[in-house]
Amino acid sequence: MNRATPYMFIAPAALIMILALFYPIGYMIWGSFRDWDPSQNISETEFVGLQNYVRLWMDPSFWESFSVTLIFAFVVVTAEMVIGVGLALLLDRNIRGMSVLRTLFILPMMIAPVVVGLVWRFMYHQTYGTFNRFLEWAGETWLGGLLGLGTVDWLGQNPLLSVIIADIWQWTPFIFILSLAALQSLPRSALEAARIDGATGWQQVIYIKLPLMAPVLIVTMLLRLIDAFKVLEVILVLTGGGPGLSTEILALRIARTAREFRELGEASAMSIYLLMMLMILTFFMFGFTRWQEARARKIKYAAEQEG
Amino acid sequence: MADTNYERQNPAYYVLIAILIFMSIGPVILLLTNSLKLDVDITSGAGGLLFMPTIRNYETALCDILWYEPDHLRFCTIRFGGAFINSLIIALISTALTLVFGCMAAYALVRFKFMGRDTASLSTLAVRMIPPAVLLVPVFALWNNAFCLDNDYGLGMWIRDTFGGRGDVCLAGTHSGIIIVYVAMNLPFVIWILQSFIVQVPRSLEEAARVDGAGPFQVFFLVVLPLIKPGLAAASIFTFRIAWNEYLLASALADRDTMTVPILIVNNASEFDGLGTIMATGMLLAIPPILFTLFASRQIITGMTAGAVKG
Repeated sequence: MNRATPYMFIAPAALIMILALFYPIGYMIWGSFRDWDPSQNISETEFVGLQNYVRLWMDPSFWESFSVTLIFAFVVVTAEMVIGVGLALLLDRNIRGMSVLRTLFILPMMIAPVVVGLVWRFMYHQTYGTFNRFLEWAGETWLGGLLGLGTVDWLGQNPLLSVIIADIWQWTPFIFILSLAALQSLPRSALEAARIDGATGWQQVIYIKLPLMAPVLIVTMLLRLIDAFKVLEVILVLTGGGPGLSTEILALRIARTAREFRELGEASAMSIYLLMMLMILTFFMFGFTRWQEARARKIKYAAEQEG
Repeated sequence: MADTNYERQNPAYYVLIAILIFMSIGPVILLLTNSLKLDVDITSGAGGLLFMPTIRNYETALCDILWYEPDHLRFCTIRFGGAFINSLIIALISTALTLVFGCMAAYALVRFKFMGRDTASLSTLAVRMIPPAVLLVPVFALWNNAFCLDNDYGLGMWIRDTFGGRGDVCLAGTHSGIIIVYVAMNLPFVIWILQSFIVQVPRSLEEAARVDGAGPFQVFFLVVLPLIKPGLAAASIFTFRIAWNEYLLASALADRDTMTVPILIVNNASEFDGLGTIMATGMLLAIPPILFTLFASRQIITGMTAGAVKG
């Protein structure tokens, strides 16, 4: 084999990733230290050192966006984990039509976020939205009247909750499918043994199923967490970041700073803050995967020694 | 597992499943029915599922590529057809390029030992986390300035010579400009997924082909590729989906002639008149991913699990 062969295989991918991923990010890091206005050639812009970073650090509205991003990411991931894993535990049975069920469940995550935003915007609509129609109808019934059900101004009064619900609808299937796969590949012998020992359903879940699924669940959660920081289109269509800054996640703020305020330097610095946060998460994921692989090797080795 | 004896379940269990299915696909059905309703029927809310379906909204949306003139229209205001074709061109070409480049790179990373392999593998994994929003600023700036085709030197000239473009301006505003970003953005994921499929290809098969006198590229295209078809299918669906659905970068790079469907939907979503029409455009954008899901859900699930299990 020629020494150059591997490089020939890797060259096209490397070239295009350098051209459209690494070079732009390097360029952005350079630009984050400049007073960068899109109308100027960047080499003519003024070098301002850490000013963009410092200005953001001092800006309370940046921290509001930052905390909205964190709240959004952690709430959706927690809710999706609980619902997704719960559903998987519930549906992990030998039932007819399981494959159809799984197909219908992955539908939401395949649909374009802008379309998801569109449909949910309609469902949240104050007068003719689906939810308010239902609440109005329910409010007129005897029980609904007793509970005081009435229409809700979804996007106006509860914007963050509304976008969180839409995201849960779209992405719970991701957790569900992966935990179902993990559940179905659990060693049957361990479950069988527990059943014979008389463990109840709950005991099996808590002492056997969840611990055995844990490695897959943690990776799934981290993947979803990293992806939750990428969510943008659904929120853009649903609320556009408003009212106020209540749903302005960092990704949206970057886009607005760049487009509306034409502050490319500041938008770059903001992107770097976001990247740093994601890097920490990814670092955890790497560390965890490495640890897990090492552990698996050790267990396998021990098993071989015994056998 | 070979046992096909289904356990009998409690009726309440089936009720629960029905509710879950309804929650999962309800919004999609709502989109479909609304796209088939007249605006008055959508806002009056009468009937729910009892209405006269009409394809009028689809006619309005597609008016610029229809071969006949719908009678209810005087002007063609939403130029959806053109955007649809742009979306198709961009998604298909970027998927094809990503797959070819991605599986070549994945193969090299799995099978060859070479200098810089660990760096390549690690950086591929690391860039998977980059959100499109982070690429927005530099890609917008570069595609509009540094990579301009009227530059007589450097990258601008190289790109013009290699990819063409419309001559007058920059990479921004061309299909190639968007395609390059999508390919770069999707490559890490595809390389990552395909690695776990290529590892499973038995080495002996490749060595046998090598002994028969096949070169490395012949081995790759004639022996390895046919064996990883399920992986390729999964990867292509994921790449197509991202390229087809992406909004932010396309909105920064596209101009009037190259805009894709998501941009058109966002531009029109804020005005809620023409509700039925905008629902019809949404439905048209949703159809390819829905079809993929219905026909290839097995591959999609395989792809997802390959991703998560490998970490």
